[in-house]
Amino acid sequence: MAHVETHTGVQHPIRLYIVVWVWLFVLSACSYMVDYFHVQGYLRYSLILLFMSLKAGLIVAVFMHMAWERLTLVYAILVPLGAVLVFVAIMLLEADYTFLTRTALLDMAYVPAVEGS
Amino acid sequence: MADVTLHHPPKAPSQPAGLASIAADLSSDQLAFKRVSWGKAMMWIFLLSDTFVFSCFLIAYMTARISTPVPWPNPSEVFALEIAGTTFPLLLIAIMTFVLISSSGTMAMAVNFAYWRDRRTTAVLMLATAVLGAAFVGMQAFEWSKLIHEGVRPWENPWGAAQFGSVFFMITGFHGTHVTFGVIFLIIIARKVWRGDYASGRRGFFTSRKGNYESVEIMGLYWHFVDLVWVFIFAFFYLW
Repeated sequence: MAHVETHTGVQHPIRLYIVVWVWLFVLSACSYMVDYFHVQGYLRYSLILLFMSLKAGLIVAVFMHMAWERLTLVYAILVPLGAVLVFVAIMLLEADYTFLTRTALLDMAYVPAVEGS
Repeated sequence: MADVTLHHPPKAPSQPAGLASIAADLSSDQLAFKRVSWGKAMMWIFLLSDTFVFSCFLIAYMTARISTPVPWPNPSEVFALEIAGTTFPLLLIAIMTFVLISSSGTMAMAVNFAYWRDRRTTAVLMLATAVLGAAFVGMQAFEWSKLIHEGVRPWENPWGAAQFGSVFFMITGFHGTHVTFGVIFLIIIARKVWRGDYASGRRGFFTSRKGNYESVEIMGLYWHFVDLVWVFIFAFFYLW
């Protein structure tokens, strides 16, 4: 695809944005279908994550022009996001531990309204 | 071949590629983000910090949902809409998603037309983006009032784990606020484009600085980010 780079920014044919727009529609429809057809279990989670990543990637790469940014800026923005994944991993373990202690020690199974204890 | 290069004085080192280019940029004792204006670089850094904010919200939601022994309400049923006797799961959320994606599409095109210096089309597309954004906020207000009417509170709800309400109001409320501010700034920038501020070099009333059409692209970065956050909220809160 032909790109004209000026000192003010990158220009693309409008067609590129229409194509990405249509893809975002299709991917959103796909993720809605996951719920509509009651897909369950690991298939559900992987499909949700797949469609989510594809949509996020398209938005960041094309709509936010990151595909055409200088590599230094791209890395400065994307590398720190690794910290988020580390945080997710930590809290997954921690939340699992909290769940286990709540069920084992507080006999909390199916007793509502006990937050903050 | 060798004496050809001998006769030429060494040229400036060629632009390194890959990781070496990052090292060269960052160690150049000059601008780190070369050929990136300060406005754009600062918007990206702001968006990175905002990413951390929303990440913390979603991680808090994950932690609350995993750690409670009380069953989590099924979002598919909670957000279902009944139309003419048929129940559609997540219908309003799906429409909101399509509206926000469409607004991202019009915004991306507005950025392009701004670089073609097509003031009229840029302003019209930005106003279309603002209208779609306002429609999104309106539907979110409808959703909030529906849930509040059904008894959802930050501390309780009729269907299960009490944390559902607090997570819902915090995450969607914070996102809706972002959309609202985006709509306000879209209207401000669209007015400047329409009036020709960026062509005539008219100074802004707040900063007294001359603007340029890059403001449209920076505005676009913010708007696409709002759409991006919704992609993650849709996946983790509504579908999971």
